[in-house]
Parts: sequence; C-alpha cells; structure tokens
Amino acid sequence: MKNALGESQNIVLLGGNSDIGVAIVRAAITPFTCQVVLACRDLERGERVASALRTDRLVVAVVAFDGARTDGHVEFVEGLAEEYGNLDLVVVAYGQLGDAERTRTDVDAAVELAQVNFTGTVGVLVAVGNQLVSQGGGSLVVLSSVAGERVRDANPVYGATKAGVDGFCQGYGDWLAPRGVHLLIVRPGFVHSAMTTGMKAAPFATTPEKVAEVTVKALRSGRRIVWAPPILRVVFSILRHLPGPVWRRLPLG
Amino acid sequence: MASPRRSLTGWGLTNPTVADVFEVPNHEVRDALKGVTPRGALVRGLGRSYGDAAQNAGGVVLRLLGAAHQAVLDPVRGTVTVPAGVSIDDLLRVIVPRGFFVPVSPGTRFVTIGGAIASDIHGKNHHGEGSFGNHVHSLTMLLADGSQVVVGPHQEPQLFWATVGGMGLTGVILDATVQLLPIETSLMSVDTMRMPDLDSLLSAMEEGDDDYRYSVAWIDPQATGRSLGRSVLGRGDHASLEQLEPNDAIEPLSYNARQRVTMPPLVPPMGFINHATVAAFNEMWYRKAPRRREGELQSIAAFFHPLDMVGRWNRIYGRRGMLQYQIVVPFGAEKTMRTVIERFSASGAASFLAVLKRFGPASLAPLSFPTPGWTLTLDVPAGTAGLGELLHSLDCLVLDAGGRHYFAKDAATTPEAVRRGYPRLAEWQAVRSRVDPHGMWQSDLARRLHLLDPPEDMA
Repeated sequence: MKNALGESQNIVLLGGNSDIGVAIVRAAITPFTCQVVLACRDLERGERVASALRTDRLVVAVVAFDGARTDGHVEFVEGLAEEYGNLDLVVVAYGQLGDAERTRTDVDAAVELAQVNFTGTVGVLVAVGNQLVSQGGGSLVVLSSVAGERVRDANPVYGATKAGVDGFCQGYGDWLAPRGVHLLIVRPGFVHSAMTTGMKAAPFATTPEKVAEVTVKALRSGRRIVWAPPILRVVFSILRHLPGPVWRRLPLG
Repeated sequence: MASPRRSLTGWGLTNPTVADVFEVPNHEVRDALKGVTPRGALVRGLGRSYGDAAQNAGGVVLRLLGAAHQAVLDPVRGTVTVPAGVSIDDLLRVIVPRGFFVPVSPGTRFVTIGGAIASDIHGKNHHGEGSFGNHVHSLTMLLADGSQVVVGPHQEPQLFWATVGGMGLTGVILDATVQLLPIETSLMSVDTMRMPDLDSLLSAMEEGDDDYRYSVAWIDPQATGRSLGRSVLGRGDHASLEQLEPNDAIEPLSYNARQRVTMPPLVPPMGFINHATVAAFNEMWYRKAPRRREGELQSIAAFFHPLDMVGRWNRIYGRRGMLQYQIVVPFGAEKTMRTVIERFSASGAASFLAVLKRFGPASLAPLSFPTPGWTLTLDVPAGTAGLGELLHSLDCLVLDAGGRHYFAKDAATTPEAVRRGYPRLAEWQAVRSRVDPHGMWQSDLARRLHLLDPPEDMA
C-alpha cells in the first residue's frame, strides 16, 4: 500500500534495465518501501541492477518479461499481484530507440519497433490498469518522450510510437483517475543514458537522476504530466507551433 | 442504481482509495456481504480516523445505519445498549438530559460507538478510567461465517478483547452495551494552569493528575529553547449541582452542542497555513490562557470537543491533507518525548497545538494503543518538506524507547514498527484467523501494516 506521504511499499519496474526506469525506482524508494520487482528480458543484467538496489530491509526480485509479447501480459500482471500483493507503483519504462536508418526503410524493422514501443506498451498498460482499478488504487508512471511531441525526420517510427503512447495515456489516465488510479506521463528530453550513448546531445539534455527527481515530485503532488527538465514544456509549446519550414531547419541534434 | 464505487480518505484527507460503499441497517449487513471479492469488506464509521484505517481499496465498505432513538437506556444499572453506527454526538443528546455521560470521550464527538470500540479510543480520563473497551459489557457481532455472537469480558473474552482495538478486522460490531457515567449537571468544572516549559508540565501532571477525573495539556509545538513544551494544562470533572449558579441550576442537564461554522471546500491559498501563521496562532492560544484559574464552568462541548465547533476543520491544510502523529512512550522515556517535540519544532513543520496526556494502565486488548506512559499528538501538513525522513527518524526513537503508534491516527509507518510496538500482535492474529480464516475483513491499514499475515512464530 501507499502511505499518507505518497510513498509506495511495492514498486514494479517494467523495463528493469532502463536507466531512467531504474533511476525513478531508486528515487521512489524510501524506508517505507518493502519490495521492488524488476521485470525485464535480460535477467542477468536485471540481477546486476537488483543487487545494487538490495538492502537487508528491501527485497528486490527479478522476473522475466517481454514487452512485445502482448499475449502474455494479462497472465503476467495477474501473476505479479498474486505473488507480490498490492502493486502500489508501476513504472513502465521499457522501449527501444530503434535504428532510425533501418526503421525508416525496412518494413519489418519499422513494424517490430512499433510492436514493442506502442502495441506492447498499450497492452501492458491496459493489463496493469485493470489490476490497479480492481485493487482500488495505485500509481502508474509511463515514460513518453518529447520526440512524440512533434515527430521529426530523424527517427519517425520511434517518435510516432511515443506520440501514440502519450496520446493513449492522456485519455486512459483521465479514465483511470476517478477509479482511484493515478497515471503520470513523463516527457523527458534528451537523456544521457545507455540508450543514447554515442549520440549528440540535444539542447536541454538531462540525466536519468534529474528525470527521476521531477517524476517522484510529480507523483507526490498528483500531477498527470511532467516534463524533464520542466523548461521543455515552454520550449515545446513554441516548437509545436513553428511553421514547417522553420521547424525542419532547427538544429536539434 | 448509481455505482457504489467511491473514493475514500481518512480525516487527514491523504491517500484516497476507491471502494464499493453501501449504507445498510444492521439487519441487512449479512446480505450486503454476499459476493464480496477477495479484497474483502470493512465497516466504516464517520471516517474520523486520520489515516487509512477505515478504507478498503477495491473491496466493500459498509456504513452502518442506526439512530440514537434505538438506544436502550437502563437507568438503574446506568448502561445503554446502542447500535454500533450511532455517533457519540447523537448518543449524548439522548443520555446527557437523562443524567448520564459516555464513559470515555475522545477529542471529537463525531465518532461512532462501533468505531470507538474498534479503535479502543481514549480520552482525558485515561489515567484513571482507562480506554473505551474497559467500559463495554457486551457486543453483538456478525462473524465472517455469517453467524451472530454476543461477546464480552466474561463471554468469549478472547474474541471480545481482539475486537476491542481490533480495527474492525475481527467481524462487524452490530451493537454494544456500555457502562455510562452518572452526572448531576451538563457542565464541567475546570482548573486551568499555564506551564512555562516541559519539565514543569510533566511534574504538574505527575503530582496532580490523580486528583482529577480529566486532564490534558495543550503544548505550543513552535516554542523552542527554554520555552520548549510551554503549555496550557486543563483539568476538571463534571460539575456537581452545588457548583452551579442558580440560573444554570434550573435546567442542570440541558445539552445543546452546536457547530458554529463549517470550513468551505475551497482549498486555502498556498501559504495560508505556514510556520509564521501557525506560530502566531499558538502564541495567541498560550497568551489567552490564564496563568491559573480554578473552578471555571465550561460546557461539555467546550471542554471535550473544542475543534468540533468548526465543521470539516481538516480542510484547513489544503489539498495535500495532513497527518496526525500520535505516539506513546513509557514513563522514564521523557527524554525521547522531549526529542520528538524538539525535532518537530526544529523541522519548521507548521504544526497546530500539540496534545500531551498521561496514560494509566493498559487494557487487556492485545492491540489497544494506550500503555502506561506519555502520549503526544501533533498535526502536521502532509506536504511538509522532508516529512518522510523526519517521521522515520522519530519512529526509530520512539520504538527504541519502547513506545508505539496509534492505529487510528497512523498513516505513514511500517509493518516492522507495528511488530516492535505491539508485541502481542501474533496473539491477536491467532484469534483473528480462527474467526476469519478466509480473510473476509480487510482494510488499507491492515494491508499497509501487514496485520493479516499469518501469525508469526511465537517462539
């Protein structure tokens, strides 16, 4: 359960190897937290993350989870609730950046990325949402991206999947709210992480820790959308309305 | 029919969860429990516990209907049999004019009789007369298997004492027979003393409390340094007929408690409640109290339920709500209590009046909160920066000193804290699993503090 300070006892991270996801979990852990479940494909890496989080008062489990395999989502989420009890905070952080070059030209690669990032995410969100509604409360954090705010030629499939997930979450979050479930959309800008190693940083680049900090703050205050860093909200309210020819020429990394 | 799904919080307005809420008369409780999901069911009174004690996320929450006119008063034995859903407020309107008072009155009269027993509430007379459960002769309960039983200190005592302070997790209390206190008048005779610091307060209470039926101190939580613990000590008893002025003596038992105003549902502007405004209020409260005054006549409402004059006063803390931190530490651990007050005042938390009370002997109930010692209660806005760390460090101090938390107030502590503070938890769990093997009765509090886990090894 959660306590009156909004702290969670049981935390689940879908995408247990995501740098941002792990940073959010780390920031959400308090002395009140008993249990963390890391769900990921690569169990070995997950175990390494787990051993860094573990203390004598905090149980950290690693379970196998494949975000793209939507046919297993319902069973997976029900199994989690069965095994670990109330799911107080579920962070959905898995997703791939994809090979921009390939996904622009290769049909299979494009469909596969859309499958993982969009279809799989929507599927698992509905499964988790059902569970949280039936348990009468809980919080969901979904990692969106500013890349979905105005999709660029640099990585259109990735941007579109994030736009899709973000759009779904806006509507779905409003549906969940009166049912006791808080869905928080996190829209980070460029984040220095494993996913972006070797890429040129965009303006207002941030770190997983910074993203985690604003996320946990927003979780406590009950906001439904948060930007990381927060200035991006202002930046994108301008970028969104730029005329196409200007937008296309911006040096955004 | 409208959906019964409703969002509920405690009086602190924190941590809302959603449940199917039904209002039912006693004879329909059994039907209302048909088709309960694995998330179970719980009875909620007037929602005056501060945290999650009266919430059951995803499950069923019942509000028992019952009217004070159904109460049966036995004026010879001085007892009343009353449906559990009746509030102390309604009960007082029936019994005070007939010369009786409730055996224990908490700081608000807006609690139900069922809730008073489930939380085993205490009042200003705990040092002499114990908690509410000590004055209960019998309870009619509906158990998880649908059977109805009557329990009391001499009839199924184990189940009775597991239900007293059992937070509604042993079954539904349908009605209770309670010993009342005979009174001659509806006024209180009150002695008030202003205390400059904590030491003088503690020694005044140690020396003088036993001369009074009722005693409590209001502490200014913002006072620091040499003024730490400066307070107003109020003690008294029910006034006798001789103590009344001739005018009051015409109708000595008239009782008319009212709410003067209600806080609007609007969120107060940010910063309305802050360290400065609250400090000013506490300063004023302290200054307006007389240095020493004896035999002042006060109404029952003014003496016992001053906050009830403002309806929904909990809204003053705004959207984020508040916590009420109440702990007890044994006699001898005065230093710990001083540290708790110090840390609160140093944290800059905007805490209104804190309350200090000396507890007498504990009851037989394994989960009853009061144990011999000092109990301290502080309000604090839930949005206070660094509150989680502060409360956690205070919890450690309190538990190390042999203290514990009050379930009816708690909203933030851990399963581990309960295991340290309540050494008889396993004994209670054993009784509970006997009467509710399939986990019909559940609450958010129980889930948060792992109260329903299988009884731990007694070894």
